[in-house]
Amino acid sequence: MAGLANRINQRALAPWLFLAPGVLMFLFYVIFPVFQSIGLSLYEWDGLGEKSYVGMGNYVELMDDEAFYTSLKNNVIWLVLYMLAIPAGLFIALFLNQTVWGIRLYKSLFFFPFVISQVVVGLVFSWFYDPTFGLMNVVLKSIGLDAIAVLADERYVTYGIIAAGLWPQTAYCMILYLTGLNAVNPEQIEAGRLDNAKGWKMLWYVILPQLKPATFIAVVVTVIGALRSFDLISIMTDGGPWGSSRVLAFYMYEQAFSEYGFRMGYGAAIAVVLFLIMIVYIAGFLYKMYRDEQDN
Amino acid sequence: MFPAPIERQSSSVQALYRIALPVALVLWLLPLIAVALTSVRSAGDITAGNYWGWPSSFNLVENYTAIFENTPIGKYILNSFRVTIPTVMGAVALSCMTGFALAVYGFRANLLVFFMFVAGNFVPFQILMVPVRDLTLQMGLYNTITGLALFHIAFQTGFCTLFMRNFIKALPKELIEAARVEGVSEVRIFWYVVLPLMKPAIAALSVLIFTFIWNDYFWATVLTQGADSQPITAGLYSLNGQWVASWHLVSAGSIVAALPPVAMFFLMQRHFIAGLTLGAVK
Repeated sequence: MAGLANRINQRALAPWLFLAPGVLMFLFYVIFPVFQSIGLSLYEWDGLGEKSYVGMGNYVELMDDEAFYTSLKNNVIWLVLYMLAIPAGLFIALFLNQTVWGIRLYKSLFFFPFVISQVVVGLVFSWFYDPTFGLMNVVLKSIGLDAIAVLADERYVTYGIIAAGLWPQTAYCMILYLTGLNAVNPEQIEAGRLDNAKGWKMLWYVILPQLKPATFIAVVVTVIGALRSFDLISIMTDGGPWGSSRVLAFYMYEQAFSEYGFRMGYGAAIAVVLFLIMIVYIAGFLYKMYRDEQDN
Repeated sequence: MFPAPIERQSSSVQALYRIALPVALVLWLLPLIAVALTSVRSAGDITAGNYWGWPSSFNLVENYTAIFENTPIGKYILNSFRVTIPTVMGAVALSCMTGFALAVYGFRANLLVFFMFVAGNFVPFQILMVPVRDLTLQMGLYNTITGLALFHIAFQTGFCTLFMRNFIKALPKELIEAARVEGVSEVRIFWYVVLPLMKPAIAALSVLIFTFIWNDYFWATVLTQGADSQPITAGLYSLNGQWVASWHLVSAGSIVAALPPVAMFFLMQRHFIAGLTLGAVK
């Protein structure tokens, strides 16, 4: 009997022992900081001296901050345009889903942009857009158009950076869809063919419903990618020209530590706004996972 | 298979496809091809504005030696390895345990703990930035490899736990039940029964985390400064400032920075894609 009780105790205790190191580190580095930031957003703090409580002061200031609205607007543009990676990735996946000789190498090479750092992607694209010798403008000039300084023009800069971001993101969506296409049920395709479904119709009614899990993951990673956009902006424009390519993630960093002084509390308030946008997606994701868990 | 196999099409369509493939690939990778070519150009080519034509001479050895001799790029690369390798080991080790606990035991807070990891994995970095920087400062680890790696280990444990838990959950339950009937202790079940079966998951996560951490730029700028502790991503940014308009050097530096994850991807491709597409198939 003692042996049995011991075994049951062991089984109650074991999960917590296995969890302890991971959970503790995650709590200290991820979960607590979220709440600390929310708390900090109610203070004015330069990172060194005393914190002074300002209540909702930082948020009130945000409402009148033009740079905040620019960032928010750019975040929306990022979110919307980043979604193009999903159909683009599907398109490339359909193009590559064949079994000709060497196709595996082609698939890997198409995936390449996702493997390299966004710092490298940013440098490559800054150079591509360069007004004097960048390839884009070499081509534009050769067909008789005027050169465009994409990254120095408030009208185009955000779109230029998003285009750079779409490159690796499309590669990511492509690989998700290639994996999905691999698992599509061949019998259903044959059944569709017998029903005379072809091309678009087949894609829409037979293939896409089966690709739902891949689409779901593609949407999740693309939304997260769009809201996390920071690296490319920092590398390509540093938020410029005149702050016109900032997004919330970048503006927060700029406020919290940059040459404008360390405004940690104000930065934290910006981060909280970004967090609130993100939490809609996190909640949706958790809800879907919860439902899937119940099904199992 | 969809679209219909190209072999079923007419031979002209097949020929067209075979031509379209390499053309599309070159267009898709054009920016990278240009960078690779530019990294072997001479300074003369750069000043003459020959960016897109054929290089007038191939300065492969000169350019790559130059960046290693005249800049701390070797140091940055070394730092990247010193951050990335411990992070991979740490996050994978922690998540083997958390994943095991969450997949095997049906205790009450199970789903809550699991969702904490999943949700935390998605939060914007900026909401962690100030407190994590403070925490690192207080521990005296600001601007150290250890400080950066510790944060990465903690954060990546979120994603890794999601991955490991789902992987272990798909293993046959009977194995664990049988071991329990035999009276094997829980720790030994983890070590001798489950862990050996986790090899593919460990391989997939290792390559994935290697790439994520190698390419991290944000945390490198938040938690480190200077060539003593900064990894290559942040290093490349500051070198880019020094190398104004020396595009052949910037390109060579970019190629060097991109090589390790690219090599990792090609060596472990199957695992990498298995990791990345987790959940893309029901």
